[in-house]
Amino acid sequence: MHPAPSVIIFTTLSGLGFGLLFWLGIDPTPPTGFTGFIFFAIAYALAVGGLLSSTFHLGHPERAWRAFSQWRTSWLSREGVCAVAALCILGVYAAALIFLGQNIAILGWIGAAFAVGTVFTTSMIYGQLATVPRWKTPLTPALYLTFSLAGGALLSGRTFTAIVLLLFAAAVQLAWWQRGDKALSESGTDLGTATGLGERGTVRSMAHPHSSPNYLMKEFVYVVGRKHALKLRVIAFCLTFVLPLILLLVPFNHVFAALAVLSHIAGVACSRWLFFAEAEHVVGLYYGMR
Amino acid sequence: MTTLPTSTDRKLGLVIDLDTCVGCHACVISCKGWNTENYGAPLSDQRPYGTEPMGTFLNRVHSYEVQPEAGPAQTVHFPKSCLHCEDAPCVTVCPTGASYKRVEDGIVLVNEDSCIGCGLCAWACPYGARELDQAEGVMKKCTLCVDRIYNENLPEEDQIPSCVRTCPAGARHFGDLGDPNSDVSQLVDSRGGFDLMPEMGTKPVNKYLPPRLKDSWDDQSLLAPLLEPVAEEPKGFLSWLDKTLDKIPGGAS
Repeated sequence: MHPAPSVIIFTTLSGLGFGLLFWLGIDPTPPTGFTGFIFFAIAYALAVGGLLSSTFHLGHPERAWRAFSQWRTSWLSREGVCAVAALCILGVYAAALIFLGQNIAILGWIGAAFAVGTVFTTSMIYGQLATVPRWKTPLTPALYLTFSLAGGALLSGRTFTAIVLLLFAAAVQLAWWQRGDKALSESGTDLGTATGLGERGTVRSMAHPHSSPNYLMKEFVYVVGRKHALKLRVIAFCLTFVLPLILLLVPFNHVFAALAVLSHIAGVACSRWLFFAEAEHVVGLYYGMR
Repeated sequence: MTTLPTSTDRKLGLVIDLDTCVGCHACVISCKGWNTENYGAPLSDQRPYGTEPMGTFLNRVHSYEVQPEAGPAQTVHFPKSCLHCEDAPCVTVCPTGASYKRVEDGIVLVNEDSCIGCGLCAWACPYGARELDQAEGVMKKCTLCVDRIYNENLPEEDQIPSCVRTCPAGARHFGDLGDPNSDVSQLVDSRGGFDLMPEMGTKPVNKYLPPRLKDSWDDQSLLAPLLEPVAEEPKGFLSWLDKTLDKIPGGAS
């Protein structure tokens, strides 16, 4: 799959932003006044910034409001509904904390549920696609949720929770990679089933429909991305988990905490790039590619 | 509405005969022509005369080579367009309701005025049947020439999809695959028509007819006995000539 920068920025930043919003929402003693303002400003900047970025890859962003209508069947529509609900409800919760010093806990809980719901629905946009066997697994929502909650805990300064969740997320990431590498071959889909000619012999693509690449090949076949995949996995793993864990385990220091957050964000972005670049869409089979 | 209908009154679709298709791409060209001038946004081209020309097509013809375990390989030309699936995954993922499947005839269409060009339907389609038009920013797909098949301003013989009307080999057939007595359903039954990627659970309406197996090099022709030499040994004048010529030195045996 083509790793569109807008979608990588969106899933990375919004995941962290909604993760932070979740922890702020369920906090029994949430920050108030100016401290509260700083926390909520960071969370909203990440969540809203990511959402805005995701509209850049649309052919018609001016019609984006229509995307709230089909929540009955569409995970993308459900994501939009959850995101707007989380941002509106937590907006009231945050305003009460910042300006009135009042903790309306029920709003925090409802907003936190929608924040987690946003991350889950985002993950299901990918996790539902049978056409991308690497993504079609319950491990995909597990990956997005653990990343988001771990990142949110890290950003909100919950050191112990962050350590536990980072370890969880690291395990899910390893399991997701491990399964993903076998997903296409184990899906049973190949050029034989794609053409229905597999029982007659080995099918080989002899000529593409056109002499140069088309939209489908540019969008779904991204071979370049796999050249350095293993090295990038090591880099992503170290930046997302290893370095932040080391920085959290040494005695607390604001510089180390900031470095842990920056390292984690860079690592998640790298992991998300691989999430798209390594994913094989079955339509590539028709072109003799994967 | 992106909820799929539980059933459709008819299942209009195509039957593509891989035995007959000669890979001429005439269906591709007629499809591009008709659908650029008619329903919805035109099918744009990018750099048509430059390097790496690219464009939106609703129908593309691949060519495959099938190598059996023994014997010569076989070339199969393979036209591919929207299969108008009964369980169309492209429809249910659409966030705006722009994609829908019609109850009356099962055709899957895009309302381009509602399409935001997010591309998720193309991601959900295993067949590569949907292409995001690079000029218009909306999703394009085969309409089964919905603007021809019900168009009473056209002569009756033209009230079929453009690709079917154009195919010079008669490799494309159009009809109601939900009616077991229709010509296309009979054709599918008699020829062993099959689905593409049945494991995806999309239940495609369009069917493909298999190419017949290639002749073996060892097969005897029915005409072979008639092609045997009529006279093994010469008789009469030719016999005398044969012997006389043999006596002349320098000849071959």
